Amino acid sequence: MSNKDEVRLIVDGKRLDGRAFDELRPIKIKVGVLKRADGSCYLEMGKNKVVVAVYGPREVHPRHLQDPVKAVVRYRYNMAPFSVEERKRPGPDRRSVEISKVSREALEAIVMKELFPRSGIDVFVEVLQADAGSRTACLNAASVALVDAGVPMKGMISSVAVAKVDGELVLDPMKEEDFYGEADMPFAFFIRNDRIESIALLQMDGRVTKDEFIKAVKMAKDGAMRIYKMQKEAIKSKYVVESEEEVD
Amino acid sequence: MRSIVLPGDLLATNPKVAGSGTYVEGGKVYAKFLGLLDKTDTSVRVIPLRGKYIPSIGDVVIGIVREVTANGWVVDINSPYQGFLPLSENPNVRPNKKPNEVLEIDDIIIAKVTNIDPKMKVTLTMKDKMCRAVRFGRVIAINPARVPRVIGKKGSMIKMFKTELGVQIVVGKNGLIWASGDRRKVNIVEEAIYIIEEEAHTEGLTDRITEFVRKRKGEFDEQ
Repeated sequence: MSNKDEVRLIVDGKRLDGRAFDELRPIKIKVGVLKRADGSCYLEMGKNKVVVAVYGPREVHPRHLQDPVKAVVRYRYNMAPFSVEERKRPGPDRRSVEISKVSREALEAIVMKELFPRSGIDVFVEVLQADAGSRTACLNAASVALVDAGVPMKGMISSVAVAKVDGELVLDPMKEEDFYGEADMPFAFFIRNDRIESIALLQMDGRVTKDEFIKAVKMAKDGAMRIYKMQKEAIKSKYVVESEEEVD
Repeated sequence: MRSIVLPGDLLATNPKVAGSGTYVEGGKVYAKFLGLLDKTDTSVRVIPLRGKYIPSIGDVVIGIVREVTANGWVVDINSPYQGFLPLSENPNVRPNKKPNEVLEIDDIIIAKVTNIDPKMKVTLTMKDKMCRAVRFGRVIAINPARVPRVIGKKGSMIKMFKTELGVQIVVGKNGLIWASGDRRKVNIVEEAIYIIEEEAHTEGLTDRITEFVRKRKGEFDEQ
């Protein structure tokens, strides 16, 4: 943060890419891109590009991981070696294991695991291109893919980050803002029937004041609702085509 | 027109109307999974569009023998849970025959679900006139959520296949369908079933499939 004076992230009340403080990056969602998976989703959030495949409920191997009373949810967040400028060494590392854990816990809050004892639901997330907030992009995509797989859930997850940059709170930070900013807070919300029910994930690095935090939650909720609408739209558009002719 | 609902969509505020594919929380009825809304005055249910086959008692299923044990067979029923067929539930068992002489690995059987315990251990039986080992014919796999449409209203679709083409068909609730008869006729059935799967939620499906079957039948009668 010593080079704060050199890097100005907010110029004339606009961000580097011309967005307003509470503006999301453009989002593109495609449902059912992988034929062999039970559910799948491709999602772009700004420069983030992620693919999610969902399998299950299915038998769990190895057997000792089975839970006799509910399904186990497994979430694997993985970055492709070419997803960042400097080659990322393939395989799980400290960071991706952590992201997998918190994201899995966010999804476990909505998946109705108790309906499928002794089975497993696998969510595989591949980051093809990363540009800050990839865990939020992945969660958004995973939520859509789970719906596509027909997995029973209480609602959906929508996720977005808020960062503090040059003393201002900004929604959905991009790489530069994340890198040179003062704080970064990814949020994920459990949304049911167009209403935010609870926070399913909340992380923070850097620091903000209490007032700023309250404002950040508000901004994130607002952004998440917009993402939720896009997620719904994406799923419906896939199925509307095939039920267009139906009359009853 | 039936509308598409997503998990968590509010369907009703009276918990008494909650049907399959819904859940109740705080006195309100929500959708459990992606599906089509079927709403009447007395009930609300969601017809699934996707999803795995979850066994329930009384279902006729088609399974593949995966393992032979001393007291029965482990059967893959195209579901998160394997089925188990005990020796005592197979009428073909004779005292002088070993289990693997009755059914071998990779044999396909038509069986019925008799019991499911809370741990989702599925028990099968073959003591039913429908049940038997399948040694000929063809097995067609479809999305289990589409099975009701392949059967049709009160079995109308199946009846149509039988009368129009004279092939034998057994539809397993788990999304596997066994068809047997003249090869060309079974080909037609297979094509028709894939069409049904594709257009499962359109109206007048039985009529259109009947037309399709007649047309295809006419084609090879000319040859």
